[in-house]
Amino acid sequence: MHPAPSVILFSVLSGAGFGLLAYLGFGFVHLYGWLAFLWWGLGYGLAIIGLFASTFHLGNPWRAWRAFSQWRSSWLSREAWASVATLLSCAPMALSDWLSLDLPRSFGVLGGVCALITVFTTAMIYTQIKAVPRWHHWITPLMFLTFALTGGAILAGQNGLAQLLCGLLLGVMLAVYRIGDGQFARRAQTLGSATGLGVIGEVTVFEQAHTAGNYLLREMIYVVGRRHAVKLRGIALVLATGVPAVLLLLPGIWGAGLAAVCHLIGALAARWLFFAEAEHVVGLYYGKR
Amino acid sequence: MTCLPVTTQKKLGLAIDLDTCVGCQACVTACKGWNDQGYGAPLSDQSPYGAEPSGTFLNRVHSYAVQPIDGLAQTINFPRSCLHCEDAPCVPVCPTGASYKRAEDGIVLVNEDACIGCGLCAWACPYGAREMDAAAGVMKKCTLCVDRIYNENLPEEDREPACVRGCPTGARHFGDFADPDSKVSRLSAERGGYALMPDLGTKPVNRYLPPRKKDQRSEASVLAPLLDIRASGFAGWLDRVLGKI
Ligand code: SF4
Ligand code: SF4
Ligand code: SF4
Repeated sequence: MHPAPSVILFSVLSGAGFGLLAYLGFGFVHLYGWLAFLWWGLGYGLAIIGLFASTFHLGNPWRAWRAFSQWRSSWLSREAWASVATLLSCAPMALSDWLSLDLPRSFGVLGGVCALITVFTTAMIYTQIKAVPRWHHWITPLMFLTFALTGGAILAGQNGLAQLLCGLLLGVMLAVYRIGDGQFARRAQTLGSATGLGVIGEVTVFEQAHTAGNYLLREMIYVVGRRHAVKLRGIALVLATGVPAVLLLLPGIWGAGLAAVCHLIGALAARWLFFAEAEHVVGLYYGKR
Repeated sequence: MTCLPVTTQKKLGLAIDLDTCVGCQACVTACKGWNDQGYGAPLSDQSPYGAEPSGTFLNRVHSYAVQPIDGLAQTINFPRSCLHCEDAPCVPVCPTGASYKRAEDGIVLVNEDACIGCGLCAWACPYGAREMDAAAGVMKKCTLCVDRIYNENLPEEDREPACVRGCPTGARHFGDFADPDSKVSRLSAERGGYALMPDLGTKPVNRYLPPRKKDQRSEASVLAPLLDIRASGFAGWLDRVLGKI
């Protein structure tokens, strides 16, 4: 699948933002006054920048409000609802922390739950797509949630927890690669089965349906990236999990800051691979994957 | 509404004959020609005379070479357009309600005025039947020529899809698969029509009619005995000598 920069940026930044909002909501960090304003602001900022970036890949972004209408069937619509619900439901707790209003923590817990639900809905947009076997697996939502919780923990200054989660994330990412690499084969679709011509004999592409490019080739059949996939996997694993876990040992805000930047860069690389390595079954008709 | 109808009264679709299709691309052109001026945004082309031309089409024709275990290789031309699936995965994913399946005849359509161009429906379609128009930013797909098949301004014989009407070999047939006595249902039953990738659970309506079994070239020619001529005399001697070298 085509790795669109806007979508990669969206899902990584807003994922980390919603993760941070969850920790702030659940009350992991006790902040008051302007410090609370800054941290809640960071969570809101990341989430909103991410949501804003996601509209860049739309053909008609000014109609985006319509995306709220189909929550009964569409995960994308549910994501729109969940993100707005999170931004609204976190507000009382954020104000309370900032202005010392002493609202009960349950407000924050509600916001935190909404934040995690939002991350889940984002993941389900990909997980539901049967035509992309690599995504169509329960490990996909697990990966999105672990990324959000790890990024959020680093940003929330939960160093010990963040290091644990880095370890968990490493395991999840390895499982994602392990499972993902076998998913297309498990679908057991070939050019022969996709065309139904395999019953006659061995099917190969004689001539392409069109000599020029088209939307399908650009969007669904992205082959360039896979050559570097192994290298990039290593970089993503090290930057998203190993290096931040070590940097968090450094004292003070610098260690945490560097760890956050490093983790986000690793997460971006991992998310790029999430798209670039995903193969759509339509590639079979073109003899490409 | 992007929830799928439980059942549809009719199941309109195409039966595509892989035996007669000669891969002339007439249906591709007929489809583009008709749908360029009727339903919704025109099918745009980008840089049509440039180095890298590209454009939106609702129907594409592939060519495959098939090599049976015994016998000669075959070229099989393979048109690919929307199959108007009964359990269309492209419809429920749409966040705006732009994509829908009609309860009356099963045609899957896009209401372009509501489409935000997110592309999710094209991801969900396993068959590559949807293409985003790069100029209009909305999703385009086969409409089963809904603006022809019910169009009383057209003469009776033209009230079928442009690709069906335009095919010079009659390889595309249009009709109602819900009616077991319709032309397409009978054709599909006779010829063993099949659905594409049925294990994905999409329940396509369109059927592909497999290529008929090809004749086998007979091994020996009836003239073979006459070809076994033995040279005699000088020619025979030369033959023997040359054969020894
Ligand atoms: S062929 Fe694709 S676009 Fe057409 S109904 Fe089926 S899934 Fe939807
Ligand atoms: S591209 Fe348009 S029709 Fe397709 S899912 Fe998005 S809004 Fe719906
Ligand atoms: S039915 Fe109409 S829109 Fe669909 S492929 Fe044929 S000509 Fe194109």
